[in-house]
Amino acid sequence: MQEVTEKKEFTPTIVAFCCNWCSYAGADLAGSSRLTYPANVKIIRVPCSCRVNPMFVLKAFQQGADGVILCGCHPGDCHYVTGNYYTRRRMALLYSFLNYMGIEKERTRLEWVSAAEGARFSAVMNDFVKQVAELGENKRLTDLRVKEGE
Amino acid sequence: MKDVELKMLERAKALLQSGEVARVIGWKKGEFCYDPAPASFESVEEMENGFVYNWFCGANLSKYLIQMAKKEGKTAVFLKPCDTYSFNQLVKEHRINRENVYVIAVECLAKLDVEKMKAKGVSFITDVEVVDKDVKVTTAYGVETLYKPDVVLSKCAVCTKTHQVKDEEIILHERPEREVNRFEEVEKLEAMTEDERFAFWREQLSKCIRCNACRNVCPACSCVKCVFDNPASGIAAKANDDKFEEQLFHIIRAFHVSGRCTDCGECSRVCPQNIPLHLLNRKFIKDIDTLYGEYQAGEESEGKTPLTTYTEGDTEPNDVFNGEAK
Repeated sequence: MQEVTEKKEFTPTIVAFCCNWCSYAGADLAGSSRLTYPANVKIIRVPCSCRVNPMFVLKAFQQGADGVILCGCHPGDCHYVTGNYYTRRRMALLYSFLNYMGIEKERTRLEWVSAAEGARFSAVMNDFVKQVAELGENKRLTDLRVKEGE
Repeated sequence: MKDVELKMLERAKALLQSGEVARVIGWKKGEFCYDPAPASFESVEEMENGFVYNWFCGANLSKYLIQMAKKEGKTAVFLKPCDTYSFNQLVKEHRINRENVYVIAVECLAKLDVEKMKAKGVSFITDVEVVDKDVKVTTAYGVETLYKPDVVLSKCAVCTKTHQVKDEEIILHERPEREVNRFEEVEKLEAMTEDERFAFWREQLSKCIRCNACRNVCPACSCVKCVFDNPASGIAAKANDDKFEEQLFHIIRAFHVSGRCTDCGECSRVCPQNIPLHLLNRKFIKDIDTLYGEYQAGEESEGKTPLTTYTEGDTEPNDVFNGEAK
């Protein structure tokens, strides 16, 4: 058999959970301002960052994400007044716990992006994709059955 | 422990006879001295025939009250110090009506783990007597002496808990005060590298057979409909199909009880595969303590848990990893 010498450049799959009121609008602004962010960021719109159940994060990894980022309104600016404060506690514990289980801490992130921060959205995404790309493929929190189907 | 058992029996019988309570929840004799099981007694005869309280009564009885306290009449229950935290937590979550329960606080002095004794080569145990730190085990082959700290349940090894709730108490021997660091094992894991931790948990969790014993015994896991029984969850199977399911099950199980886990250690006690599940829960407890201030679930029977409240200056999730968190 011929040895495969060709090396493919690794492009990570990123799942971004964005809240409807700030971050999703921020992504919109980034788009309409013609600011680029990598195409491998898959945005999932949620009503509030607080909607994100820890299971969502794990499921994203299962389905092939190499990194998961959660974006919400800045603390104090939540459309539902207090939602993102709960997110902050929940995700602090979850991220720390995932790292305790041996999952690389660079794969998870939480950022506050407002509707007016299109530039920040694009910068955050570019930075996160770079960070995960350096880390390589997610091998620790994957489902073999999903991988086979690819 | 025999004197305590007699006192408990006497008290329970009196309560049943007077009609003050309709049933008593305690431990029932098993086939051997080391396998007593939780049971509900409704008559004096049942008590006399089956009741037992010995060095192997490690089971936490508070979860049974969810069902039992709904029945007609009062229910009396024997609670060890660690069980009272679970009881309080269940009262807080409105799973138990406090007025329907008569709590008898009993002394504990640490319970023994028969698996650890068997691992030390002691089998065919017929009787156990504990004098200070010596465990005198009578077996079919003769008498052997074990060092008590070596054979206590892992939850008892780091226990400093005291009774949080009681209507009366049966305490004949005072437990000596002591200082222990229950986070020692968690700290050891935290000091490892990511790769080492991953390898450790991979090895441990791969043993999981998804018997769901940890979920069923946990006093904090009291949802009527559990997420793991939902076919849409994708992991409702009886066995783990993939390593991901092992991880998912244990991460979600631990997360669902975070802020409510009283560290009663039942999960590790019942695990047939000896997975140190309490280390998962304890990580959450440790993080909550360092990030949001010391909190012991079950100390109060009202108020909020750390995950149902917030402050404006909470640590950002990205900063948790920077230095010593906060």
